[in-house]
Amino acid sequence: MNKYGVLARFDSPQSLVHAAEKVRDEGFINFDCHSPFPIHGMDDAMGLKRSKLGYLIGAMGLTGALFGFGLQSWIHSIEYPMNISGKPFFAYPAYAIITFELMVLFSAFGAVFGMMFFNRIPRFHHPVFYSEKFSDVSSDAFYVSIEVDDPKYDENKVISFLQGLGGTEIEVLKDEN
Amino acid sequence: MSNEAMKSKAQIRAEKLLPGNQDFTSITNDIAGVPEQKKTPIQWWLLFGFALSLLAIFAGSVGFLIWEGTGIWGINNPVFWGWAIINFVWWVGIGHAGTLISAILHLFRQNWRNAINRFAETMTLFAVICALVFPGIHVGRIWVAYWFLPIPNQMGMWPNMRSPLIWDFFAVFTYFTVSLLFWYTGLIPDLATLRDRAKGLKKKVYGFFALGWRGGNRQWQHYELAYLVLAGISTPLVLSVHSVVSSDFATSVIPGWHTTIFPPYFVAGAIYSGFGMVMTLSIIARKVYNLGHIITVEHLDKMAQIMLLTGCMVGYAYSMEFFVAWYSGNQYESFAFVNRALGPYWWGYWAMIFCNVVVPQFFWFEKYRRHIPFLFITSILVNIGMWFERFVIVVITLHRDFMPGAWAMYNPTIWDVSIYLGTFGLFFTGFLLFLRFLPMVSIAEAKLVLPESNPHHGHDHE
Repeated sequence: MNKYGVLARFDSPQSLVHAAEKVRDEGFINFDCHSPFPIHGMDDAMGLKRSKLGYLIGAMGLTGALFGFGLQSWIHSIEYPMNISGKPFFAYPAYAIITFELMVLFSAFGAVFGMMFFNRIPRFHHPVFYSEKFSDVSSDAFYVSIEVDDPKYDENKVISFLQGLGGTEIEVLKDEN
Repeated sequence: MSNEAMKSKAQIRAEKLLPGNQDFTSITNDIAGVPEQKKTPIQWWLLFGFALSLLAIFAGSVGFLIWEGTGIWGINNPVFWGWAIINFVWWVGIGHAGTLISAILHLFRQNWRNAINRFAETMTLFAVICALVFPGIHVGRIWVAYWFLPIPNQMGMWPNMRSPLIWDFFAVFTYFTVSLLFWYTGLIPDLATLRDRAKGLKKKVYGFFALGWRGGNRQWQHYELAYLVLAGISTPLVLSVHSVVSSDFATSVIPGWHTTIFPPYFVAGAIYSGFGMVMTLSIIARKVYNLGHIITVEHLDKMAQIMLLTGCMVGYAYSMEFFVAWYSGNQYESFAFVNRALGPYWWGYWAMIFCNVVVPQFFWFEKYRRHIPFLFITSILVNIGMWFERFVIVVITLHRDFMPGAWAMYNPTIWDVSIYLGTFGLFFTGFLLFLRFLPMVSIAEAKLVLPESNPHHGHDHE
């Protein structure tokens, strides 16, 4: 049974942001701040880099647009050229709408499944779920977790450090796998 | 000084949108408490029974339609498009408010949307399902409805991608898929809340769909970006969907349809009817579930303002159509419009004008925007009016076109009516199941309206 890390509870978004800044300044890397809703300014407070998800979505959108335009051109110019009211086979203005729709569709898949990929979800088992109190985080609780993997991790120091920041109900989490 | 003023402004706004002393805990309890109710309210069962009986009518009518063919409808020559297309356009239009609220108002940082966006998004999903039924069944031989799709087949046959009907299929299909993804993404943190409060089997089911959400900021970071991008791409999407629907009409050569005003006019009408439906549903739901402190009169007031705006836009479009018909000097075009207002279906036209142009004018006055029974009645009138708008466009235009020798009257049959009523069964069955099992207001987003959710609230930061 390995240890996972330390969990400390805070009472408000303000104290969580404050704690995140201190944890960041202390040099911790493998930590996270849990809250019931996204907190404005938390990315900077934790020292996180900008999410790279946007590039993935952009690439997906471009793929969708190219696929949509390519599909229509291929169907009407190469695979199945069909004369309808003498209209040109390569009627590119008429392809605008499906090109646009497929761009949006692919971007949306990129956004949602890319978000899941970057967040490593679905992940149904996680050590934080072994804490009894942690489930309040989806309602009204604010938590900081610092992981064992962190190079600066020293259990007693981390506990007293989090207590010093105003953390309560400090727990040492076990990874039960 | 300005800090004080800012704070009090934020507080005043929060008090209007979330009256009473609410905090994070009470919001969770109030919203999550509804799907967690041990005993289902009797009103819910009554409504659900009613919805199920309509659904049975729907199943029976569609079954008979598939068995017998589209000859059971009142369509004739020249009115080849009857109630099926009217209902399709009507339901798709209703769907528009959901995406407008969740995407466009999100981009404009209209916080008040947080109380009604889940509601409206769900309405969108079921409305679009009801809409998609009609193109599916109107083809007659529905077992070949997959011919819409560009899939390689043994006949070597492909859809005509230059046809607005195929554009429409792609637009509505994409719209449905993106709305579903948007809705589900917004639901993930709330499913985690329900998971954390539930026990036993329910915990497993909610937990499965919550995907193991932990609320860590490393997750919120990507989540928020994904949500923002979805809002960004849904905005042009929602404006495109009804524009494409309108091109089903506008790319034809029929007088009264062949107009460039159609796309914006259809979009405005769609948003107008969608807000009407959100209003109807939210007035019922806040009453049944005592959520008057979360979906407040303030929210209803704001929705009424949007209905006033879009109602005026459709009113402008109606008059502009008449002006252009006269100004064009085209006798067929002029006749089509005179026939709308004074022809045999004059009652359809004036019902539309009354419901869509006259009724929303009451919303100039705050008194009417905050009068709940009045809002309830007008929101239903709005949707009746928008149904008549599509009736006017489809039936009145088709029944008298170029040659008087080809004119005819159109009468719907009992099957037209029963399939239309049946889609209400489909809509309300889905919607009531949503109210019973899922949070009708976004729990995570409702908290963002509280000033306490802002980390700069209450103390000087930096």
